Amino acid sequence: MTDRTLAEDAIPARIAIPVELRAVAIMLTLAAFGYVLFPDDLAFLTRLISIALLVLSLDLVTGYSGVATLGHSAIFGVSAYAVGNLCLAGQSDPLLLLVAGALAGALMGLASGALITRFKGLPQLVLSIAVGQLVAALANKLSGLTGGSDGLSGISPGRVFGIYAFDIYGRTGYVFSVAVLIVVFVVLLRIVRSPFGLLCRAIKDDSLRARMIGARVYPRLVLMYGVSGVVAGIGGSLAAINTGVVGLDSVSFERSAEALVMLVLGGAGSLWGALIGSIVFQVFEHYVSAANPFHWMTMVGALLIAVVLFAPKGLLPLAISLTGRVASALRSRA
Amino acid sequence: MLRTSLSIGLDAISYGMVLFIISIGLSIMMGLMRVVNLAHGAFSMIGGYLASFALKSAGLGYPLAIALAVLGTIVIALPIEFLLYRRIYRKSDELTQLLLTIGIAFVIIGVANYLMGPTTKSIPLPAMLSGPVDLGFRMIPAHRLFAVACGVCTAGLLWLLIDRTGFGIRLRAAVDNGDMAEALGIKTQILFSATFALAVGLAAFGGVVGAELLPIEPFYALRYMVVFLVVVSVGGAGSIPGAVAASILLGLADTTGKYLAPEYGEFFFYLAVILVVFLFPNGLLGRKH
Amino acid sequence: MTRPLLELRHVSKAFGGMKVNDDVSFSVAEGDRVALIGPNGAGKTTLINVISGDLQPSEGCILVGGVDMTTHSIPRRVDAGLIRTFQITRLFTSLTVAENVALAVMQKKGLTKRVFSSAIGRTDIRREWQRVLGVLDIAHLADRQVSQLAYGQQRLLDLAIGLALEPKVLLLDEPAAGVPSDESSRIIEAIDRLPAHIAVLMIEHDMDLVFRFARRVLVLANGRLIFQGNPAEVTSHQEVRRAYLGSYADACHTH
Repeated sequence: MTDRTLAEDAIPARIAIPVELRAVAIMLTLAAFGYVLFPDDLAFLTRLISIALLVLSLDLVTGYSGVATLGHSAIFGVSAYAVGNLCLAGQSDPLLLLVAGALAGALMGLASGALITRFKGLPQLVLSIAVGQLVAALANKLSGLTGGSDGLSGISPGRVFGIYAFDIYGRTGYVFSVAVLIVVFVVLLRIVRSPFGLLCRAIKDDSLRARMIGARVYPRLVLMYGVSGVVAGIGGSLAAINTGVVGLDSVSFERSAEALVMLVLGGAGSLWGALIGSIVFQVFEHYVSAANPFHWMTMVGALLIAVVLFAPKGLLPLAISLTGRVASALRSRA
Repeated sequence: MLRTSLSIGLDAISYGMVLFIISIGLSIMMGLMRVVNLAHGAFSMIGGYLASFALKSAGLGYPLAIALAVLGTIVIALPIEFLLYRRIYRKSDELTQLLLTIGIAFVIIGVANYLMGPTTKSIPLPAMLSGPVDLGFRMIPAHRLFAVACGVCTAGLLWLLIDRTGFGIRLRAAVDNGDMAEALGIKTQILFSATFALAVGLAAFGGVVGAELLPIEPFYALRYMVVFLVVVSVGGAGSIPGAVAASILLGLADTTGKYLAPEYGEFFFYLAVILVVFLFPNGLLGRKH
Repeated sequence: MTRPLLELRHVSKAFGGMKVNDDVSFSVAEGDRVALIGPNGAGKTTLINVISGDLQPSEGCILVGGVDMTTHSIPRRVDAGLIRTFQITRLFTSLTVAENVALAVMQKKGLTKRVFSSAIGRTDIRREWQRVLGVLDIAHLADRQVSQLAYGQQRLLDLAIGLALEPKVLLLDEPAAGVPSDESSRIIEAIDRLPAHIAVLMIEHDMDLVFRFARRVLVLANGRLIFQGNPAEVTSHQEVRRAYLGSYADACHTH
């Protein structure tokens, strides 16, 4: 009988505010909070947003499709270098740069996806690492394109829509980044609920069963890698546009590992989880590593262990179950 | 030409043997407990620090320092096994394992950084191993030959242990079929703990013996972890001959790359990795599951 | 006789030197109800895996709708209407019951390539999955997570996914195994109500179910097909008695 009531409950929710609109409202609120809390450090927030895009991108392949990867920063970094070079070559329109970065990300995503998703388990993980390290070694070698260990600097993008210049306080950069993040997030909300998104979740659950309903698993995973590449590429472009420099750290193994940590911290398999994980981790990093860089690694390590022990599905599901429990406790008292 | 090839071959084998000593523990753990242990390198690093301490501050001899490093690392690692690793043997999903073991590695890096500082710690070699040896066609540092000898001994002893002892029989039974082994009364929990101690001890041993090639500093724990994982994957989890073959092959790829095209860094190494994974997705000598 | 929808010609499957299926030939036509029986280890599940494309046969060929599909991938066989269920239920555990079936419906309609579509809410899709769930009497479970289902309900959902794919040939791998008897009767009813035109090949141990369901029985022993015919003959066939019912009888005696 309880099932019937559940189904009826679900109907008004569908008629009420669409998910997309709610997402926009929540993210605008978060962005405003960020602006109030860190008015003098908008550069930190814009960096946070570009990394958040990398984590969202990782969520698409790891959280939604079950592909474990420790080489995702390759896509992010290649796009950042592409955008940097394009800008240095004289193409400075930020929107054009963003499109170029997304395109570079898509190509890089399709290529690495075609390699990595052929396998499962340990070979898959190792291939993802190898692809990442290959790109990192190339970035170091091709210093004509990347500036080698000095990095690519002097990237100065033009005005947004030809009107808003990137100022030294980072206000334009912040608003621009928030807008990009919101657009990407809303589009992703739609993609993960599409038939394609549903199929990817099914592949993650059991890829043989997915084949047994007629799904072509490999091409779908490569396609998802392409979509993921677009998102990581946009993240890399934003990083290049906002900071004006691209260094070897953007293709590093550490960047990939950190992104994975942020994802699992927030809750893989949920876009909100990816977003919350990247915010919590980076704000935490911002304070702790500023206070005592020596203890930063220890603290993060302890945090990760605590998450595995006490919130194995990530912070978001933990928060949901906690608020649920508090709410029901309040209700039973009333 | 021949001389260069021989030189590359020798360096590749000594580097490969160090990789083997460190990675074989990881490989056995992955084969038996199905744990992707990203903190394995951290235990090698602990071994290196302990040996450095024993030699420089406590004034012990080299053999004693090695023994102390191996036993000390096991003593440090066992409580971690008891509290944390036990939860993820065989059942947890890959992401949880990655998160937990990266967390352990981070804590060890942080603590090492705090206690020992960020600089490289040397492990002074005894006179016998510190000089060069004349091989006729070139001089080679004696410690490299020592590393090769250690690798060969490790492989031989492990083979004896796994092929010829009761422990080895139980180990192989549990690898092949854990539930069945349990039903036959093999106490898998004790077996797992013993295997963990063995893996960590080997890691520490390799950390000390290989310190000239892989210098001991706090980020050691993650810097070389990638290479160890690659060895296990290429060799096939749980296979000793596979790990030997993979270590030498990868040592060769890395050394050749660095000899002939040093400016490309690890490019050729990882290119080789991609090729090998494509050709042998179950490992060089791995079985198809 | 109607044309065969599924045909096996001299199919063998060996692992190493061990022949698990040996020269198996039979065909299943539209509307057929065929049971495949045999003692444990006779190679029944291997045969289903070979037919569905999970394993490649060592020799012989497999035709679906008259087309040789021996080297075709699993998804292409599914497209041709060859659908299977699993002995140990395999479902998409992070999806709801409705999503499990809706996914199959959308896959059948070729919608799962759509990256931006909101097809899952479309009326025709919803009608279709609701219809399939209704046929199996589990419409009330639509919003449940798979992990919350009882085992028998999971088996029904497995069948629902199969039906949503509009099978021409349906392979059922022990559909009632391990299900408590009160729930198994619902599965049996569901099988009775399968659309008449579908060709059904069922592996089953439960002889009551076999006699109730099958119009034709195939007996596999040591990888070889030792009998095919109508259910009434099977019990009196000497070789079958020895290979299958005999060992069953022996087992009864010894215990």
